[in-house]
Amino acid sequence: MSLILDKISYYYGKGTAFESKALKNISLSIPDGEFIGLIGHTGSGKSTLIQHMNGLIKADSGSVYYNGQDIYDKDFKMTELRRKVGLVFQYPEHQLFESTVIKDVLFGPKNIGLSQLEAEVAAYGALRAVGLPDDLIDASPFELSGGQKRRVAIAGVLAMSPEILILDEPTAGLDPAGRTEILSLLKSIKDEKGITIILVSHSMEDVAEFAERIIVIDDGEIKFDDEPREVFKHAAELRKMGLEIPQCTELMSRLADAGLNVDRSCLTTEEAVASIMNCLGRTGSD
Amino acid sequence: MLRDITIGQYYPVESVIHRLDPRTKFLGTIMFVVSLFLFKSFWGFLLAGAFLVTVTTLAHIPPKYILKGLRPMLFLLLFMMIFTLLMTPGEVIGEWWIFTVTKEGIFAALFMGLRLAFLVFGSSLMTYTTTPNKLTSGMESCFGFLKIFKVPVHELAMMVSIALRFIPILLEETNKIMKAQQARGADFESGGPVKRAKAMVPILIPLFVSSFRRAGELAEAMEARCYHGGDGRTKMKPLKYHLRDLIAYLALIGLIVGCIFIP
Repeated sequence: MSLILDKISYYYGKGTAFESKALKNISLSIPDGEFIGLIGHTGSGKSTLIQHMNGLIKADSGSVYYNGQDIYDKDFKMTELRRKVGLVFQYPEHQLFESTVIKDVLFGPKNIGLSQLEAEVAAYGALRAVGLPDDLIDASPFELSGGQKRRVAIAGVLAMSPEILILDEPTAGLDPAGRTEILSLLKSIKDEKGITIILVSHSMEDVAEFAERIIVIDDGEIKFDDEPREVFKHAAELRKMGLEIPQCTELMSRLADAGLNVDRSCLTTEEAVASIMNCLGRTGSD
Repeated sequence: MLRDITIGQYYPVESVIHRLDPRTKFLGTIMFVVSLFLFKSFWGFLLAGAFLVTVTTLAHIPPKYILKGLRPMLFLLLFMMIFTLLMTPGEVIGEWWIFTVTKEGIFAALFMGLRLAFLVFGSSLMTYTTTPNKLTSGMESCFGFLKIFKVPVHELAMMVSIALRFIPILLEETNKIMKAQQARGADFESGGPVKRAKAMVPILIPLFVSSFRRAGELAEAMEARCYHGGDGRTKMKPLKYHLRDLIAYLALIGLIVGCIFIP
């Protein structure tokens, strides 16, 4: 199962005074079982890009291949693609509409033609996977907290058992605790189900810990597509695009600039502590 | 598909029409609409059409863009034209089953269709070239005389401008909701009328919820800035007529006179 984007270009508001090029000649390959961070500043084109991946937006030029099939082909089944490439939008308010949480999560599985029983199995499984407390399953989705709504929204897509799960700014508007919860939730979903996760964000901090690959997009173009450590080496260029490298990496890089013999590419606090300790000639147990 | 609805939206370019006083444009639109009903011959359409073409050119708005905005009207327009065509008595030129087509019917349908299209075209020119804020103050001062009869003119104008301002926002929102549901396998395009109507529920409910939320937030934000309606409110940018407004009025009077005296 793989998704390949081949030289995609897209114009926004074609033929009006508002016309602008949203995506410029983008080529990407998304293999199985990867945790990808898609980073870009507001208006960089990241939301437009992900909507190409499940065919919600049709590119003005270029093609998208899903398992080698051209998705713009006449006999290509778009519903199949929507099922395999799950997309969770930024605001859960845009998709929650049923009277209870479970009914809302059932919406997706039923649309793709599962029987009531199969759909329920999928829905309960998805709700368990996102860790929603059991007593909220029959609650109204409109009464939930922001973090819970987001979980239900993710479950609504997860219940369709996608092979690629794309999430647009899933941590926006959450407090630090909620943010950490959602991120580790995604990590565990990826590990358990072996699906590819694409996490869209404007914050490096969000993706630094879990992403195995970071794609940086700016002004409709891919600027970097590499391992986090490699990407964060370009701190100055990232800053020019309005992006910050993680605080921890920033600190280590300043320490290194100041002449300390530490590792510049630390991504997490643990790594940083170990590297500083090492430099000071002590072991972690001191 | 929803992006095609452009009625009532502001088209941000620089032009002499955009700079006109909103009162001129508001009264001018009324004068234009009145003039459309003053003539009975084909020459009148030529005059009104020439006027529209001139204004559109001056306003730097691509005609294609305005015509696209008329598309939602097309069904209504055709419907009314067909009715007029079949219902007007007169000199019969064709008969088929229970339908009769008359010479008068053809002309009446053609004239009515053109009048309506011109009317919508003309009034959308006003909204394309005037920001909602300006439109509000323009309407407010044009209807100001109604205050004597205790009509809440300011509040009504404010409501109209808020409604206009929210059209694009709600369209955008509808678009996003549709995409979010499509991503969950929703299908809005296939099936019979009942199935299609049912398919609207997952769009309408989130849209309603968010509209109420937005309305509440807007009301709170207005209150937080001590908004209390029109009484005693002064303007940061009071409306002022310029020479170009005088020229516009002269042109409009010319149009009306022309429409009255055309053969």
